Amino acid sequence: MTADTTPPLLAVENLSVAFNGNAVVEDLSFSVTAGRTLAIVGESGSGKSVTSLSIMRLADMMGGKFPTGKILFQGKNGAVNLTVEPQKAMRSIRGKEIAMIFQEPMTSLNPVFTIGDQIAEVLMLHEKMTKQQALTETCRLLDMVRLPDSAELVGRYPHQLSGGMRQRVMIAMALACRPKLLIADEPTTALDVTIQAQILTIIRDLQKELGMAVIFITHDMGVVAEMADDVVVMWKGRKVEEGPVAEIFANPKHPYTQTLLSAVPKLGSMTGEDFPKRMPLTMMIDGAPTLVGEEHIQRTARYDAAPILSVRDLVTRFDVKKNLFGKTTHRVHAIENVSFDIFPGETLALVGESGSGKSTIGRTIQQLQNATSGEILFGGRPVSAMSFAERQRLKQEIQYIFQDPFASLDPRKTVGFSIAEPIRTHGLILGEKAIAKRVDELLERVGLTSAHATRYPHEFSGGQRQRVCIARALASRPKLIIADEALSALDVSIQAQIINLFMELQEQEGLAYLFISHDMAVVERMSHRVAVLYLGQVMEFGSRRQVFETPGHPYTRRLLSAVPVADPGKGRDRGMIEGEIPSPIRRVGQEPAVLPRKEIAPGHFVALDA
Amino acid sequence: MAGFLIKRVLQAVFVVFVVTLTVSFAIRLTGDPALMLAQGAGSITEEDLARIREALGLNQPFMAQYFAFIKGLFVFDFGRSFMGGTPVSQLIAAALPATMMLAFASLIVSIIISIPLGIKAAVARGKWADQAIRILSLVGLSFPNFWLAIMLVLLFSITLKWLPPSGMDGFASFIMPAVTMGIILTATNVRLVRTAMLETLQSQYIMVARAKGLSESKVLYKHALRNCAIPLITYFGLQFGGLLGGIVVVERVFNWPGMGTLAFDAVGARDYPVLQAVITVLSLMIVGVNLIVDIAYGLVDPRIRTE
Repeated sequence: MTADTTPPLLAVENLSVAFNGNAVVEDLSFSVTAGRTLAIVGESGSGKSVTSLSIMRLADMMGGKFPTGKILFQGKNGAVNLTVEPQKAMRSIRGKEIAMIFQEPMTSLNPVFTIGDQIAEVLMLHEKMTKQQALTETCRLLDMVRLPDSAELVGRYPHQLSGGMRQRVMIAMALACRPKLLIADEPTTALDVTIQAQILTIIRDLQKELGMAVIFITHDMGVVAEMADDVVVMWKGRKVEEGPVAEIFANPKHPYTQTLLSAVPKLGSMTGEDFPKRMPLTMMIDGAPTLVGEEHIQRTARYDAAPILSVRDLVTRFDVKKNLFGKTTHRVHAIENVSFDIFPGETLALVGESGSGKSTIGRTIQQLQNATSGEILFGGRPVSAMSFAERQRLKQEIQYIFQDPFASLDPRKTVGFSIAEPIRTHGLILGEKAIAKRVDELLERVGLTSAHATRYPHEFSGGQRQRVCIARALASRPKLIIADEALSALDVSIQAQIINLFMELQEQEGLAYLFISHDMAVVERMSHRVAVLYLGQVMEFGSRRQVFETPGHPYTRRLLSAVPVADPGKGRDRGMIEGEIPSPIRRVGQEPAVLPRKEIAPGHFVALDA
Repeated sequence: MAGFLIKRVLQAVFVVFVVTLTVSFAIRLTGDPALMLAQGAGSITEEDLARIREALGLNQPFMAQYFAFIKGLFVFDFGRSFMGGTPVSQLIAAALPATMMLAFASLIVSIIISIPLGIKAAVARGKWADQAIRILSLVGLSFPNFWLAIMLVLLFSITLKWLPPSGMDGFASFIMPAVTMGIILTATNVRLVRTAMLETLQSQYIMVARAKGLSESKVLYKHALRNCAIPLITYFGLQFGGLLGGIVVVERVFNWPGMGTLAFDAVGARDYPVLQAVITVLSLMIVGVNLIVDIAYGLVDPRIRTE
C-alpha cells in the first residue's frame, strides 16, 4: 500500500481457511502497518471473523485448517509465519503481541472471577509480574480506559458491570501487555449507540497513544467510516475490494461494495423530506449490480381517520426484588405515563436505548405483559372493558414480529404450517384447499414462492425467515403490526429489502406499524412519527422531520450525535457523549417524577426537566 | 445471599419436621411392636403386652410419642434398642462415622475419576476418546453394585489376597467398598461433567481465555471447570441421598459396621427404635448436605453471593 521499505506488521498472503474440507476463506491477502487501522467489512458468512480467529490461531480449536497461504507477523524475534507456528509458540504471541476484543461484552468475561483477577492474569502470564504488581498495573489500565474508581473495581465481578463497562474492561485486558496488533471483532455491535460512541473514541485514542495497528472487523459502514484508514471488503470468503477508506466510500469499484453502500441507511439522508420514502435498491442479480424498484413517497398515514390504537398514561412496572417476607422492595419502572395514538396507515417509531421501555410498550399492547395503570384503546374501545371474545379478536388484529426470526418459528413445523396457524386459530378461512391457497398467496406477497411452504425454517436464510414471519403476521389480516427490532438481526442488504417490503405492504394493506428500534437511521427512513424514549418516559414526540431535523430534547440530540455516519468525510463532535445509561430499577416508594411536556411546534412535544 | 440462606434453613426445618412425622407414623403402621417383641416369648397375656407398651411408652397418644421422640432428638436420645437394651444413640454414634467416611471416600473416588474423564470427553467431543469414555461409563452404569462388590472380593481378596474382604480396619479396607460405590457414581458423573463442560466450552469467555495465551490446562481446569461447578455441586448433593440409600447393600456385602448394616439388622429384628433413629439421622444428613450445597453455590458463584 505504501512505498515504505519496512515490511508491514502483519501480512496475510493468499490465505485459505477450511473447516471439514470446506473453504470458508479463500485466497485472502492484505496487510496492516503499525499505527494504522484496517477495517474488514462484510456481512454474515463473509469469513471476516474466521480471518481474525485465524490470525490468533484460535480457529484451530474449532477445527480450522490452513491449506494455503501465510500470515507473516513481525514479532519481537523477527518475522514468523503464524499459520505454521506450534500452539505453544502461539501462546506467547496471543495476549502479548496480538490481542483481541470480542463482540459480546456480556459473555466475554468469566463470571466467576473478579475483574482484577482476569486482567492481572495476563500480566502475570506474559510480563511475569507478581500478583501485587499486576493488580497495581490493572488499576492503571482501568484508569486508562476511563473507568471510574479503578481501585474498587478490581474486586468486582463482571455481572455487577454494564455492557459498556465490561467492554472497557475487555479493552484494558487486551491492551495490558501493549500489543503491537489489536484485533477488534465487532466490538460495539451489541452496545447502545451512545456507549458505542464512547468505546470507539477510547479505542481510537489508545491506538494513537500506543502506536499499535488495529484490525477492526465490522458489518457497520458507519463504524468503518469513523474508524478505518484502510478497508478490505469481503464477500463469501473472498476479498472483493481494498483501498483507503475515502476511496472505498467515494468510488466503490466492485459491484458488491456498491450494493453494500447503497443499502446502508444514512442518518440525515432524509433531510427535507416530509414523508418516509421507499428507495430503489442496488441488488446483486447474477453477479451484476442491478437497480431494483423505484423511489416512492409513503403518503399512507390517514390522520383524518380515528386512531386505530390509543395509549393513555400507560404505566408498566414489574417487581424484581423482594425481602425476606415476600414484600417487594425494588421495581423496574419500564413504562411511566406514556401516551400516544397510531392512525391507520401510519408508522410510529419508538426509539431508545436499553432500559428505555420500548419493548415493554409493545408487549403491554399485545397483552403479553400486564399494565400497572393506564389504558389501551383499540378502535376506540378500552381493552380492559373487552370481553374474552373481543380480546381474542384483538390478538388477530394486532400482530407481532420479533427480532430473531429463527427463534420465533417452530423448527419442527413447515413454514406453510406456521403461516396457516393464525388462520386456523381464528377460523378465518375454512377448508384445507382455501387455506393452502391463502398461504401461497401470502408467501408471494413477501417475495417468496409457494414452493417454500413445504420447507422447514432451517432451510431458509435469516432474511427469508423474517419474510416468513411477516407472512405469518399478515395471515390474520391485522390492522396493526408491532415490529420489535424486526430488522436488527439482518444484514444491511437484507435489511434494506425488508424495509421496502414493510412500506410496500403498508401501502397495499393500509397497515399501521408500531416500529420499535434502536437504529436511528432505519427509523428516519421508515417512520411517519417518532417517540424518543428514555427510562420509560417519552422525551420527545413529533413527526419524523421534527424529531430528526429540529430535535428539541438534549437526549434526542445526544442520541443522534452518537450514531456513526457512513461518510468518512464527516467529522463529528463527540464532546457531549459521556456516562452510562441509568437503570430503570428503583426502590419502592421512590417513584420517578413524571416530566411535564411542552408543545414546541404543532404536534411536536418535548419533555421538560422537572 | 443472607435472605436466601435464611429461607433455605427454614425450608430445611420444615423438611425435617415432615420427615420425622412421616417416619414415626409409617413405622407405627407396620403393626404393634409389643406384639412383635412378645412373639418369641411363648405364652403371653394381655397384661404382659400392656406392661411392654407401658415400658416403651406405646400406650401414649401418637402425638405425645412423636413429641417425646423430637425432644429426644435434641438431646441425642433415641431410647433403647429392643434387642439387648443398648441406648440407640450409642449404636448410631458407632455406625454413623463409618458410613460417613465410606460415603465421602466414594464421592472422592468418583470425583477424582469423573472430572478428568468428563473434561477429556468434552474436549475430544466425537473423537475416539470421547466414544470410549462414554461406552465405559455405560458399562459402569450397567453393573449392579452388589455384583461388582462380589467380583472385587473374589479377585482382590480371595484370589490375589491383596485387600481384606470385609470389615473396617485401616486404609486398605476402604478401597473396595469405596471403589464399588464410586464406580457406580462415576458412570453418571462422567456424563454430567461432559455435558456441563461442553456447554461451558462454547462460552465466549473460554475463547477470551485462550486469546490471552493461557495454556489449555489453565483454560480447562481454571476457567471452564469453575463455571461447571453449579450444576456439578447440585448433582453431587442430590447424589448423596442416593448414595446413602445404596450404601445399605454395599455395607452388607463388605460387612461394614455402618448405618446400612445397623438398619439391615434392625429390619430383620423389627427393632423399631433403631430403625426410626437410623432413618431420621440419614434424612437429617441428606437435608444437611443439601443445605451445604446451597451455601456452596454462593462460594463458587459470585452472582448468587452478591444477590
